[in-house]
Amino acid sequence: MKIRLENVVKTFETFRAVRDVSLEIESGELVALLGPSGSGKTTILRMVAGLEYADGGHIYFGDQDATDIPVRDRGVGFVFQHYALFPHMTVAENIAFGMKVSRVKREKAAIEVRVTDLLRLVRLEGLGDRFPAQISGGQRQRVALARALSVDPKVLLLDEPFGALDANVRHDLRRWLREIHRELGITTIFVTHDQEEALDLADRVVILKDGHIIQQGTAEDVCRNPQSAFVMKFLGDANVLAAEVRDGRAYASGAAIDVFGMADGKAELYARPADLDWSAQGPGIPASITRVLDRPDGRRVLATAETGEQLEFDVEPERGLKAGDGGFVTLRRAKVFAL
Amino acid sequence: MSATPKRRKPPRVGDGPLFRRLLIGIVLVIGAILILAPLLIIGVEAFSKGWAVYRDTIIHPDTLHAIGLTVFAALVAVPVNTAFGVAAAWSITKFDFRGRRLLLVVIEIPFSVSPIVAGVAYLFVYGLQGIFGPTLDEYGIKILFAIPGIILASMFVTAPFVARELIPLMQAQGRDLEEAATSLGASGWRTFFSVTLPNIKWALLYGVVLCNARVMGEFGAVSIVSGNIRGQTNTLPLHIELLYHDYQAAGAFAASSILALIAVFTIIAKVALERQGAGRVRSSATRPALVANPAEKTS
Repeated sequence: MKIRLENVVKTFETFRAVRDVSLEIESGELVALLGPSGSGKTTILRMVAGLEYADGGHIYFGDQDATDIPVRDRGVGFVFQHYALFPHMTVAENIAFGMKVSRVKREKAAIEVRVTDLLRLVRLEGLGDRFPAQISGGQRQRVALARALSVDPKVLLLDEPFGALDANVRHDLRRWLREIHRELGITTIFVTHDQEEALDLADRVVILKDGHIIQQGTAEDVCRNPQSAFVMKFLGDANVLAAEVRDGRAYASGAAIDVFGMADGKAELYARPADLDWSAQGPGIPASITRVLDRPDGRRVLATAETGEQLEFDVEPERGLKAGDGGFVTLRRAKVFAL
Repeated sequence: MSATPKRRKPPRVGDGPLFRRLLIGIVLVIGAILILAPLLIIGVEAFSKGWAVYRDTIIHPDTLHAIGLTVFAALVAVPVNTAFGVAAAWSITKFDFRGRRLLLVVIEIPFSVSPIVAGVAYLFVYGLQGIFGPTLDEYGIKILFAIPGIILASMFVTAPFVARELIPLMQAQGRDLEEAATSLGASGWRTFFSVTLPNIKWALLYGVVLCNARVMGEFGAVSIVSGNIRGQTNTLPLHIELLYHDYQAAGAFAASSILALIAVFTIIAKVALERQGAGRVRSSATRPALVANPAEKTS
């Protein structure tokens, strides 16, 4: 089912949560709404679900205007951040609930068969008789997904689906959700504030800020071509250096990089920790190392440039750097945004 | 912890054996003098003139009528207040609206107001010199010094009981469960009966039990509005007072023993319900019925 949002607006009291958002989601697509808290991502998801009504604009499911269809009849599967499993029902009863209360009447035997199928799909065979309090967080989230899928939704909506889980479980569930999506091909929108999760999982990432869409595209698009300093900063660690653009080249305290087609003037230079390196000789940004952090996959070096700017970069584990060393930070690549 | 040191040290800060024994001892003595002794006296005094006097007091028509009236008042006031409590708790916890906090305060007023003040207020509203009194009197409707007044006064006093038990629980549960049920296609009624009610049932029953105990025992407000007409508008607590003033101490104690018995049943029901997790916002992990926010636990 193709989903289309047209100039959607939502205001809570005086807070404008969503301002004029238009978005198209293709049938079968897996889209992430990514943004900091307060960016309106959850509100958009809840409006698509029908849990909130839009103050303005339209939401189309295929060719049908779904803006005013109540959630009960909208045919969406919604997975809540804290699962919202019915604590007094077993796992199987939770999954069967939607089929029992639906306007579409189903045979009791058919419901049982479907529950078994869904338990197999989410790999929880044999746990049907447990209560939600008796299973782990990751298992609860899988039950919540099975329950949402039980009513054959046109679209699957997940609100911070892995937010409450610890890192390892989150990692596994991400891969697993991707598999389920490939298997079922259902149009899926999920909300997250975790960049890695969005980039890992989604066909397309929609980045939101203050109720606006700032940028959208594949993980490659948004990572390689961030169109604003906000996106650059939000997607991952970034070093910021004051820079000046002159004749198609940006200069920042001892380092320079080509920038084609940018007007002369003040600018900011953004570089990822992996975009910087360290060398004992110049040229480069003169700096001294203040701390070295050892991590499983390398060493993170914190340095202070002569100009006082703080820099962070990664080096191979073999590099014998230590606090107090002086030298030069070199620039492999960077993004420059005019101020 | 396995290697216990030879020197006896308190297991925790502030848990010295002397202090502990002293404090527990003081509480036990005060509890016995203030609470247990008077209750025991009821039992002793009720039978002080023998079983026959006790029986005669209980089966006296006035006593029986008082018991009947008390039960009747409870049968009306408790269901109405239960419905009110559920509606109030639902409104306060599931909706956002102006005056939400004010409503919360209003519901709690009967707890902070002396019941006798409520009685006097009803006198001014429904009395013959009151606001509605003359009009109601014209149509022959008697509120004061009649059963409706007794029920109204009881309801005023017990209005907060159910709501107060439900509000913290429903606040902790949030709206997620109802939203989940609705998104799965459940109707409003279905959501209430299949999802909301099972998750609040113990707290609801707990509130009902406390509400009932208070309705049956209410004295202050009812004594003002009932007019103490023997055999007509006397509830059990009022009847006890009457017997006492008639120098029928044994009779008063006999009638009191009925109220004490109700109290005992209330306590038993209360403890049983607390075992089910009522009266607390969050229950232990072993009970799935009341897990408010499963996400907060790491299991």
